[in-house]
Amino acid sequence: MQMSEMKATREAYGATLLELLEEGHDVVAVDADLSGSTTTAKLGKVDPNRLVNVGIAEQNMMGIAAGLSLSGKLVFTGSFAVFATGRAYDQVRNTICYAGLNVKIAPTHAGLSVGADGGSHQMIEDIALMRVLPNMRVLVPADYTSAKAALRIAANTPGPVYVRMGRAPVPVLYEETDGFELGKARVLREGSDATIIACGVEVDFALKAADQLAEQGIDVEVVDAFSIKPLDEDTILASIRKTGSVITAEEHSIIGGLGSAVAELIAEKAPDALRTPMRRIGVQDRFGTSGDMDELFREYGLDVQALCAAVVSL
Amino acid sequence: MADPITDIKRSAADDPAIDIAATAATATDALVKKQAAAMRIDLIKMITAAGSGHPGGSLSATDLVATLFFGGTLRFDAADPSWPDRDRFILSKGHAAPVLYAALARAGYFDTAELLTLRKFGSRLQGHPDSRKLPGVEVSTGSLGQGLSISSGLALGLAMEAKSAAENAAAKAAEAIAIPAKRVFVLLGDGECQEGQVWEAAMFAAHHKLSNLVAIIDNNNLQIDGRCSDINDLIDLAEKFAAFGWHVLKVDGHDVGAIQSALEEATAYELGPVAIVAATTKGKGVSFMENQCGWHGKAPNAEQCDQALKECGVCK
Repeated sequence: MQMSEMKATREAYGATLLELLEEGHDVVAVDADLSGSTTTAKLGKVDPNRLVNVGIAEQNMMGIAAGLSLSGKLVFTGSFAVFATGRAYDQVRNTICYAGLNVKIAPTHAGLSVGADGGSHQMIEDIALMRVLPNMRVLVPADYTSAKAALRIAANTPGPVYVRMGRAPVPVLYEETDGFELGKARVLREGSDATIIACGVEVDFALKAADQLAEQGIDVEVVDAFSIKPLDEDTILASIRKTGSVITAEEHSIIGGLGSAVAELIAEKAPDALRTPMRRIGVQDRFGTSGDMDELFREYGLDVQALCAAVVSL
Repeated sequence: MADPITDIKRSAADDPAIDIAATAATATDALVKKQAAAMRIDLIKMITAAGSGHPGGSLSATDLVATLFFGGTLRFDAADPSWPDRDRFILSKGHAAPVLYAALARAGYFDTAELLTLRKFGSRLQGHPDSRKLPGVEVSTGSLGQGLSISSGLALGLAMEAKSAAENAAAKAAEAIAIPAKRVFVLLGDGECQEGQVWEAAMFAAHHKLSNLVAIIDNNNLQIDGRCSDINDLIDLAEKFAAFGWHVLKVDGHDVGAIQSALEEATAYELGPVAIVAATTKGKGVSFMENQCGWHGKAPNAEQCDQALKECGVCK
């Protein structure tokens, strides 16, 4: 776990598509004029036929992806998360999810960590939007390695899968892609006083917060939720029952994302745990703003200090 | 450069220069007309039994769909709906589901008796086509403006598949072999063309020269709230598609011979996608529904149903 290499999850996108191609998958990426940023350009460089660039037209992008999947291709489509899920929501809903098409929606630049581009481009509602769709599965990888694993799971799972990736380089936490599964969370650090259930870049902050809190004698368990839908109910509830307090952490609105999913789980399936103190770390019902990642995570209460404060407050 | 817009005015059956072809064409036309008449009766009965649905746009598209299915253009196998070599038909204007269901039943995909389950709980015949429920429906539609994108992606995928098959065959045979791509036909409404995504897809299809793609536009100039030309004028759809780089054929959407000729010309065209802009009458075949936007999404009552069926050729 002590690795210092920094890599953006988005870098896993083009790299994994190339691997899938080399392994014989009939893979095609559909992009909307952002193939350099999303990294699908890597696939296009190897075989131009494998990258369909629709230009600046995300609604059409989803339809083209749908049609290509109907012809039997393994289709990944992306763009930035704000456009892939927001701009083209009805296309994802009515064309891809309603018909259960084998389209993988794997956008990049999700969350506040987009940084300087500002609130218009920082997608903090996508987990909520995708999670609510029937037939859709939602994976939020924490680092480069788990992003590769998520993309591979998507490739091998029939039907729509959403894989959320980010722009900013983040620490590589995992050494290998083995061990990730749809519907499985991973306990990265065992503890007895509080549970932090995190996804995406917040997993690294949760581990750092756990280190800091350990110095104060607070023993924190850290769970990488990874699969937001289906959620790993058993692992999450077992951890909450063990520690007796829970903090969720995501670079997403506190409404509708991981925090909501965990709250729903506790409220409905674990009445014994309803008295468990809980905090949702996330964006508090507001839009993002320009800034670098450190500044933004401090301002929005998503950084290591905010996580530590949340744990101490419980 | 040749004029990208062609008027297909004359039925092949009316061409005195080719007598043999004309005879065959006449026989085909007669078959199509018979099926179209049966489909009109089917869909009036279905919508009446359902108590809701969209008769106007179904009737305006009936001759187009009947010609496609029963004029010999569309390759399909009703006994094997997922036959890999079939052509694809996508009903982008999904609210005209009754005309698709009538065609599928008449083509033998399922018994015509099932048509009367339209829109009922538990039915495979959903209010808008659901590909997860009914074999023969290629993809679910109903939210307007998306069918041309899906069709373009599908046409591209089928063209890629044909190219790859040709390369494989050529590698074995040591000579170039052309394997034609399977074709995609998509039916759009004119009101639907107010959706911006249609034009994103139109740009894409022309850019990729998707010659295995044929879009048919049911140009009846009515939408729910009134005339398209009053609400948000599409002006000239033929000119618009031509401007986007498509080869365009204009046709009377109720002249099955002319539709047949247009489909033949469209499928023979090898340089890119073809749009058939079909001038139609909403509610065609039922006098009190014709050109009435009020009949866009309303079921006839029993009396109106009787009257409509009489006009469509059923004697009580």
